[in-house]
Parts: sequence; structure tokens; C-alpha cells
Amino acid sequence: MQEKEKGRRDFMGMALGACAAVGGVGALYAAKRTWDPLPSVKAAGFTTIDLSGAQENILVVEKWRGKPIFVLKKSADMKADERDVVIGSDRFHVSIGLCTHLGCIPAYAGEEKKFKCACHGGEFDASGHQIFGPPPSPLEIPPFKIEGTKLVLGETGPEYQKMLDAGLTV
Amino acid sequence: MRELKILAVVVFFSLLTYYLVEPYAHHEMHKKVDAQGSEIKVEGHGFTYDGTDDIAEVDRVLSNLDYETKALTEKVKELKQELIDNNDVNKTEVQNSIDASERRISVIPADIEASKQLLTKKKAFWSDVAEVAKLEGNPAAGEAGFGLCLGCHNGANMNMGGVIPPNLDHAGAIYDKNYLIALIKDPAMASNVDHKYADTMMHPMGSIKSMMSDNQQIADVVAYLLQNKAGEVTPKEAFMEACVRCHAVRYGKLTQLGETPAFKHEKDALAHKIKVIDEQDAVKAYMGKLPPDLSMIIRARGEHFMETFIENPQSQLAGTSMPRVGLNHEGYEKVKAYLTEVGDPSKEKREALGPIVIGFFILFSLLALLWKKSQWRDLH
Amino acid sequence: MAHFEKAKNLNEWLDQRLAVNTLKKVLNTEYWIPKDINFLWAMGMVLAATFGILVLSGIFLLMYYKPDTNLAFDSVNYTIMSEVGYGWLWRHIHGVGASIVFLIIYIHMFTGIYYGSYKRGRELIWLSGMALFVAFSAEAFSGYMLPWGQMSYWAGMVITNLFSGGSLEAYGLVEWIRGDYVPGDAFLTRFFMLHVFLIPLVIIGLIVLHFGTLRIPHVNNQEGAEIDFKEAADLYKAGKKKESKVIPFSPVFLSKDVFVMGVYFILFFYLVFYNFNFAMDPVNFDPADGLKTPAHIYPEWYFLWSYEILRPFGKDAGLIAFAIAQLALFFLPFIDRSPNVAPAHKRGLFQVWFWVLLIDMIALTALGKLPPTDPTFAFLGKVAAWTFLALGPVLVIITMFEKKIEKGA
Repeated sequence: MQEKEKGRRDFMGMALGACAAVGGVGALYAAKRTWDPLPSVKAAGFTTIDLSGAQENILVVEKWRGKPIFVLKKSADMKADERDVVIGSDRFHVSIGLCTHLGCIPAYAGEEKKFKCACHGGEFDASGHQIFGPPPSPLEIPPFKIEGTKLVLGETGPEYQKMLDAGLTV
Repeated sequence: MRELKILAVVVFFSLLTYYLVEPYAHHEMHKKVDAQGSEIKVEGHGFTYDGTDDIAEVDRVLSNLDYETKALTEKVKELKQELIDNNDVNKTEVQNSIDASERRISVIPADIEASKQLLTKKKAFWSDVAEVAKLEGNPAAGEAGFGLCLGCHNGANMNMGGVIPPNLDHAGAIYDKNYLIALIKDPAMASNVDHKYADTMMHPMGSIKSMMSDNQQIADVVAYLLQNKAGEVTPKEAFMEACVRCHAVRYGKLTQLGETPAFKHEKDALAHKIKVIDEQDAVKAYMGKLPPDLSMIIRARGEHFMETFIENPQSQLAGTSMPRVGLNHEGYEKVKAYLTEVGDPSKEKREALGPIVIGFFILFSLLALLWKKSQWRDLH
Repeated sequence: MAHFEKAKNLNEWLDQRLAVNTLKKVLNTEYWIPKDINFLWAMGMVLAATFGILVLSGIFLLMYYKPDTNLAFDSVNYTIMSEVGYGWLWRHIHGVGASIVFLIIYIHMFTGIYYGSYKRGRELIWLSGMALFVAFSAEAFSGYMLPWGQMSYWAGMVITNLFSGGSLEAYGLVEWIRGDYVPGDAFLTRFFMLHVFLIPLVIIGLIVLHFGTLRIPHVNNQEGAEIDFKEAADLYKAGKKKESKVIPFSPVFLSKDVFVMGVYFILFFYLVFYNFNFAMDPVNFDPADGLKTPAHIYPEWYFLWSYEILRPFGKDAGLIAFAIAQLALFFLPFIDRSPNVAPAHKRGLFQVWFWVLLIDMIALTALGKLPPTDPTFAFLGKVAAWTFLALGPVLVIITMFEKKIEKGA
């Protein structure tokens, strides 16, 4: 009689425990959602850059989603690259200015026409490809859309889509 | 069972306390009482406008003045008697009191006369409006008349006489027909802010009285609005047309100049801010103080307050310079929807999640009861 | 270093190092509670659960709240209420919880008064409980400042003005408390510190103390009977559960607690989702404006009875009456001169005294909110306040002449 009762007791307790656990999962879900980036943060994720005034081999640094964005108008002696943003006869290198090793901002050495990262010595060429040191991949291309001589970062235009499909953005 | 009796006692006293502290106390606090101590019931009229409240207000003033006269006359009689009967009292003080009361009594008849004239004026005004409402309006003819309105209501966001003339794109949809007629006849009387002006021509839109006084013309223009300036209107559009020229909504990025654009450069953002401040200063000068930001108003005031206040601001805030804007029922619902979007956006989610959470705890309690019973079975 | 054998399982390993099995017995499976109790005995756990919910919802609010007079209102009413995922839920839970916790506190307090759970041996339980009431009051007041609405500001203004001490005119003290001439940024941030850090720590410490003071006298029972806990425990452990006068805290007492909590949460969440204006007063949805006083300022409902004792009297008399009212309840174990530990219905006039106290406090609560300009309300307020002040001396007299109840009666 004792054994049977004990079994029954445990069953009710376990049923209650399971019910409480379901509630707990619900609460945890709500808690997780509380940490999600706020709509106003996500909405602020678009920046427009005007490329018409850019000069060759002079690095321009803009901001997009809190990150630095490299905009480099390529000079004639710089190799053309599949990752270039082409506007008319001009070619631009546009990338997120964070070293793909551990996230420092590489400096642009105009004379040597390459990016050099001070943190661990990584180097990228004028098209953002890693050429020396620990960086495992090229500088990341952000989503962009070309509108005349302006670039809208955060929006996906056809040129970016092509790069994305070809696996060239990272 | 004894426990149920104990529960009943606890529930009774809790509910009693709740009732006294919430519904009862709030009723007592927000009760409006006239000079004679009787309660003034503030009720809406379903967003129809025929001057009933406006006329009742003047009636009440007259009734209060009558009452005041009687009360003061009684008081003077009593004080004079006290002067004769009582030798200990401060004679100068009592005499001063008598003098003040008699001065007031002598002035009241003029007040009564003025109020009587106002009453006549208002009755005539609203019956005029009713007359125009009976006329058949011709929208095509009204379009020509509407050209007069475009002079100010031109969407250029320019302050005229203290406020930016509102956009009329959906005026036919959100405003009441009677109100529109009344507004063209006499804007200050229609909006129930005539108490602000010695002559209602001084209202920013006052000149319309002389520019468009023919009843048929008015009926035509209103018919034009009802036909051509109606159509689908979003809650935000309704709010912007009816309210934004005075009331900002920072949670909706709205200022008295309309929507705030996104600026890349801080200088541009600041330049815009200065323009907003200038406009706010103009509105403040026109209104007496800056109308409040309405971001949270839907939670700061109750349903009843909002309905009655918007239909007739004087009913809740006597003497206010806020004009009645003439929203019809649909217009009010749209404005309310916008204010809810901005001030209580979680309402839908709350009402959706509520049953689930409460249902969960009903299930939980059932299981808990079964568990409790199994634990206590062999204890009694 | 003490001698350690290899443990056979995780439980034994923990027991060797932390004595978890002893702890389990002392705090749970052999913590003996009298069997003769009713659902009111669950209010303590309901309070602990509510406090836990307040801490949890508070933690989520803390992730987005900005304690700055320019940012506070919008951080709550815009960011948390409309932007943060489920932010509105944490805010509603926190606001409703803060109000409902006092309903449970008062039920818990009145249960203790009715059943004589403050009498000889249990004085410290009562005193630590009263200290918790004061700490919760301070926590509630400091928390109410944080949304920085009109009620937050003006309640802050009025309550800090109390410290001028009436005729003492200690305006310097008032300014020091505020850190400014009026409630401003310094005032807000220091109350933020109190609400989020210091007072919760004090509350946790007091809860531990409150539990500690319960251990030796043990929880009371519906008849106020003295129980030989050792004897009853032995009976229970021997399997004679029906004859034993006690039950173990876990799982038996706990199972009843959990059921009461379940029902409580049905009410709690009904209020959170559908009826919250009593806890989130509309006046506080107007941003604080130092140049405009709302037409009606009033404290939250749980402070109304105290507020009403202040109102009918003049400035200094009011402050004195207010101070007496706050302290009076602390002295309950000592002004009750009767040795009887029994429920009120067995204590003659004490039962009358109890219901007068309850009804008087409800009357004070209601009158604290009603406009004092109405002569009827003003008169009733005076009557209720004087009644409350008289209850102390009356209790001394009643209990001095209370008939001693023979043990076993």
C-alpha cells in the first residue's frame, strides 16, 4: 500500500513539475527576447555615402551600424578586382574597416597602397585581400546599393547580390 | 469549510478596500460641481455637434449668478442683523464684509445681462447652422468656394496668426458636417473658444465670417469637402490633420512642424530643432501655454475623459483655450487608434498573451491541488 | 584537514563537504510545521515568491532604465514599454507586484495579530516582520520615484518636506536629503541606488533573520496551542502520521503553499494583463513638471492609512501622530499584557479590538484618498485617526483584564 501510494504521490509531483517547467521555458523565452536589439537600433542601420567627391588613393572612413567603413577610390595602377564597386569609369574598394583577425582597425599606408593592422601585423591589399600575417580572410564587403553616385549601405543592391552569390563578400 | 469562510472574509475586505480606494475615490475626486453644489454630469454626445453643451454652459452661468445673488442677499441680511444683535463682534470687519457683498450684488445684473445676450447669440448661431445643414450642397460649386480656403490651408507649413492652418485632405472624412458648417460661419463659436475674444473676428480664421457668409455657398463648400476631401484615412493622417499643429508626439517623431526627418549632420538636426522651437513659441503665444506632448496621453487619461474632452474641451477644463476640433465618430476612433499606437503599443500583445498566462496558472493550480491532496491524504 | 572517504555518489560528495543532507533535514524534510493551520499560513511563501518576481522583473527593467531626470520617463515609457521585447510585460509585472505585495503583507500581518503569533517567544518574529514592512515601504517609495512622472515628482516633494519637522523648520535637512532645492537629478539617482542595491540587500538580510527567528519557537497554529515538537516529530517519523500534530515543511506544507501560490498567480496575472490602473496610476503617465502640481496628489494605496493620520491634525500634531502610528505596531507584543496565546475569537474583548483595528485601517485608507475638502470626509477622517491612536492604550487595558485561558481548554 505504501509503495503504491508513493508512486502516485511522485506522479502528481512530477506532473506539477513538468507544468512548472513549461512555464519556466516561456519565461526564459520572454527573457531572451528582452536582450534582442531594439527596433530603433535595427532601423538606424542605413547610411548613405556620396562618392562623387572622392579622390584617388585617399582613404575615406564613414560609419555604418557603429562600424568604420573604408571607401578607397582606386587609382589607375591599382589592379581591378571582382569585389570593386564600379560607378561609371571609377572603381572603389568598399569594406568594413575591421581586421578579420581580431577586429582592430587597420591603417592605410598610401605609399605602399596597402592596409596594415597594428595589433598583430596583418596586411591587406588595396582590394582588401589578406596578403600577410594572421588575418584568415579578406575585409568584409557590407551590403550596398548604388544610387547614381551615392552608395546606400545596409541595402542589398544587384551588384552586392552578385558578389554575395559568388562568395566574394567575406 | 472553515477555510472557505476565512477566504470569504479576506476577499470581502480586500474588495471593499479596492472599491473605496479606486472607483469610489476617483469618482469623488473627478466629480465636477457647480457653484450651487450640484454635480455636473459630463457626458458625450457621440461626436455630434448642435450646440447643446455650449448653450447649457451659459445656462449654468446664469443659474449660478442667480444663486449667487440670492445667497449674497441672504448673507447681507444676516450680517446686518448681527451688527444689531451682537456687540462683541468686530464691527469694522462685518461692515467690510457687507460692503463687499453689496458691491458684488450691484455688479451681478450686468454679468447676467451679458450672459443673457451670449445665450441668445449662441442659440441663434446654432439654429442658423441647423438651417444651413438642411440646404442641398453642390460639390462642384463648392470647389470654387474651396479656392478661398486654399489661401491659408495650403500645406506650406507656415504659421498664420499663431498656428499652422491644418491640412484639409481628409476633412470630409474625419470632421462632422454640422461642425464644418459652424466653423465656416464663425470659427470661434464653433470651437467653443469665443470666450477668448472680445470680437470673434479676431480668431486666426475669423475673417472667413465676412469672406463667406452666404448660406448656400457654405453648404456647397461643405458638400465639396464631404465628397472630395474624404476617402481612406490612416490613424496617423487623422492625427496630423486634426491635432499636430498644436500637439507634438515625440514618441512618433512628430513636432508642431510635422514629421521630423532623419538628419545625417548634427548641424542640420539642430537647425530643424530651432525651427520647431520657433513654431512652439508662436503656438505658446497664441494658446497661452504650450499644448502638452500627447505621447502618453492615452494612458494618462481615461476613456471617458478623452471622449468628452475632445468633443468639448470646456466640459473637462473650463476656460481652456483648446478649441473643439469637430471630429466625428470615425475621426475620433482614428485619432484614438494613433494615440494608442504611440502610447500603448503593447495593448494587443497584452490582450493576446493574457488568456494564455492565466490559463497556464489555472492548469497549474489544478495540478497543485491534486498534488496537495495526495500529500495530505493520510494525515487526517 | 579532516578525514575524507571516497564518496559513492554526487549526493554523498556534497554532503561530505557542505552537509547538504543535514541542511535538507533541518530546512525541509524535518522542519516541523503544525498540522492545524489554514491557507493564511501560506502568505509568507506567497510574499517570498512575490519578492522573487519583483527582483526578477526588476533585473530586466534595470537593463534599459536610465536614472537621469531627462531620460528616465522615456526610458520606461518608450524604450521599455514599446521597444524592448516583452519590456511591457516586465513593467506591468513589476508595477502590479509592487502594489499587490502590500495586500499580502497586510493579510500576513493581520493573520499574526489574530492568532497571537507575536506573543511570548515570538516577539522577534514580529519585530523582524515589522522591520521588513518598513524596508518594503522604503523600497516601494524609492521605486515609485524612478519613472519620474508627475506623481513620482510630487510625492517626492511632499514626503521629503515632512522632514522639515513642522515647527522645527529643518529646511537644510530637506535640502540635504534631496541634494538640491527641489527633487532633481541627485535625488533621483540616490533613490535609484537605494531601490536597486541597498534596500534589497537589507530586505534579504531581514528575510534571513525573519526565518531564523521562526526556527526555535516554530510556526504558530490555529488554536495557539503549545506543541511538543520532538514528540510529534518522532510520531510522524514512526509512520503515525494521523496521530502526529505536525507535518514536515517539505513536501507536505510546501504542497499546500504551492497550491495557494497557484491560485494567487491567477489573480496576480489577471491584474497584470487586465486591471492595473490601481498600481500604475494614470497621473504618473504625465512626465514630471516642477511648475505644475496635479489636481490630486495621493500616495499609493498601502500608504494611505498613514497619510490620513497626518492630515486631520495641525502641522506639528500631525507629525507626532504620524510618528506614533508608525511605531505603535512595533510595540504590539509588549502592550498586549495578556499571557494568552490564542486566536482572537477565544480572547473576549480582544476579538472586538481586532475587528475595530481592521475596519479603522480600511476607513483610514479610504479617507486618505477622498478629498478632505468635503466636510463629511474630513470629520470621518478625524474620528478614524483618533480611534487609531486610542487603540494602543485600549489594548493595554483590555489585555490586562483578559481572562487567562487554561491550557488544553
